[in-house]
Amino acid sequence: MHSNRYCNRIIVLPFSVLLEIRVKPDNSGVVTDGVKHSMNPFCEIAVEEAVKLKEKKLIKEVVAVSCGPQQSQETIRTALAMGADRGIHVEVAGKDYETLGPLQVSKIMAALAKKEDAQLIILGKQAIDDDCNQTGQMTAALLDWPQGTFASEVSLDGDKVKVVREIDGGLETIKISTPAVLTADLRLNTPRYATLPNIMKAKKKKIANVKPADLGVDLTSRLEVLKVEEPPQRQAGVKVETVEDLVGKLKETGRI
Amino acid sequence: VSILTQLAELPETHQLLRQTCRDYADRELMPIAAKLDKEHVFPAKQIHELGAMGVMAMEVPEELGGAGMDYLAYSLAMEEISRGCASTGVVVSVNNSLYIGPILKFGTVEQKKQWIAPFTTGEKVGCFALSEPGNGSDAGAASTLARQEGDQWVLNGTKAWITNSWDASATVVFATTDKKLKHKGISAFLVPMPHPGLSLGKKEDKLGIRASSTANIILEDCRIPLENMLGPRGAGFRIAMQTLDSGRIGIAAQALGIAQAALDCAADYAHKRTAFGAPIGKLQAIQFKLADMAVAVESARLLTWKAAILKDSNKPFIKEAAMAKLAASEAATFCSHQAIQVLGGMGYVTDMPAERHYRDARITEIYEGTSEIQRLVIAGQLLKEYQS
Repeated sequence: MHSNRYCNRIIVLPFSVLLEIRVKPDNSGVVTDGVKHSMNPFCEIAVEEAVKLKEKKLIKEVVAVSCGPQQSQETIRTALAMGADRGIHVEVAGKDYETLGPLQVSKIMAALAKKEDAQLIILGKQAIDDDCNQTGQMTAALLDWPQGTFASEVSLDGDKVKVVREIDGGLETIKISTPAVLTADLRLNTPRYATLPNIMKAKKKKIANVKPADLGVDLTSRLEVLKVEEPPQRQAGVKVETVEDLVGKLKETGRI
Repeated sequence: VSILTQLAELPETHQLLRQTCRDYADRELMPIAAKLDKEHVFPAKQIHELGAMGVMAMEVPEELGGAGMDYLAYSLAMEEISRGCASTGVVVSVNNSLYIGPILKFGTVEQKKQWIAPFTTGEKVGCFALSEPGNGSDAGAASTLARQEGDQWVLNGTKAWITNSWDASATVVFATTDKKLKHKGISAFLVPMPHPGLSLGKKEDKLGIRASSTANIILEDCRIPLENMLGPRGAGFRIAMQTLDSGRIGIAAQALGIAQAALDCAADYAHKRTAFGAPIGKLQAIQFKLADMAVAVESARLLTWKAAILKDSNKPFIKEAAMAKLAASEAATFCSHQAIQVLGGMGYVTDMPAERHYRDARITEIYEGTSEIQRLVIAGQLLKEYQS
């Protein structure tokens, strides 16, 4: 019964997010110059899951891919220090990076998945800076692969993957075939701190440089950002003495 | 890579290491530091986790279970860990520099296997017993005695101010084997803990670094096998001094962590606290303090990195290490003092970490060579340079 064929290759896509959000004075976007980046928390969980699968000997190789400017290499190195085997840096800089969105990233991932003959793609469910929650789903659609999103538990069984998904109503368990796309949710695992010996080893692991054009991907955005603004300042509350006053105030402001 | 390049920009692995330790300190140490301090609790879980990361034995080669990294990496890790919790920092420092350090340098292959390998995982920590009630700076006057009886050494005496003592599984002890030779008659020994003939004094109730234990180690006819001598007979003083020369860099890094934490606290407060109609960061009095603090920390940091890089390049580093320890410890006390001042009343209460940094900082000017001893070391090296 059992198939000896196990997953060969996983691609993880750790994204880096800005540690501090400030809107640009001209409201055209968010300040990125000189702001520290760090790996998106959900992506840390995705990388951890991939490394764990490799440690269980269920897959052979973990490839970490990041799309972005030079600094994205740091994110890849962190993934390598956590246990990924090699990295691919898809260079996207300047104007292209500002307009890089889930659709473009999904196209890149789909192209790479085919090129690398991956059996599994694991991503964080969403980036905490744009909260899109689209890349995983779009990638699966472009590849016509099944998807297990918001995963809080993943188990491989031959060429099938059992995924427990966190949904509004509770937990949903699905079984999908590989190749597949998974997105990691908060409770999937607790990411490890890179050990110092692994940080040293990461230095020797390879990071390949690729341009989107090499993958035949067109980065033109289908979206135009009209305006970015901060949420309205939180107004101070008003204190009242009695319940009657409270009801009066609520009626006054049209709340009831 | 030249020293200047490394000072200007750390190599990539070191940046990654620094970030990893910073993340760990932010998430796992900072949230519990106040509690550890208040309850005087040894951070056993965190020491285990740091051990798993390789931080408890950074210089130790991988074959023995260490991280196989250099002293610059160690300094970076020490600063970040201490920024999260100064007590955890000193536990890490003593294990790395003062316990493992001399065994790595002077131990036999067998001794390294027995006394280093189990102490890399965070499960066991070691300590360093040099000071006595009668002598701290005057280390050459050690009155603890070791006499040979058959195939054993018998140790008698009391050691004082031993960090990690209540949590340690082994210690490096310095005792006089030949009184007539004065400081050239001191030898180093490895003693397991607990052990018959070795007992601990009461845990000292300290001003700061309260989560680490400090106590006397009392030796009363404490018997150990002959092969427990570390290094040659009579080399004890030299071993101690060389160990402290390196340990200095670790303590400098600890002091930097405390100083940086104090600066972070003050700068953050300056943004948020308003007085006279604006955040106090707009006031020159506060700005001048923050600037002075930043200069103190950054200059001490560069001295520390330089000392570490020199050591890693096998170049002379004694003067620089002493300068780093002196500058960093004085920066720690200065910054934590000023941080309380910036916070005003809030700096005096336990709601904010400023008062803990103030208390933690003070010891850095005293242990592993007082500021006065550092000045003597620096002057000694300096005058040698001018000798014609």
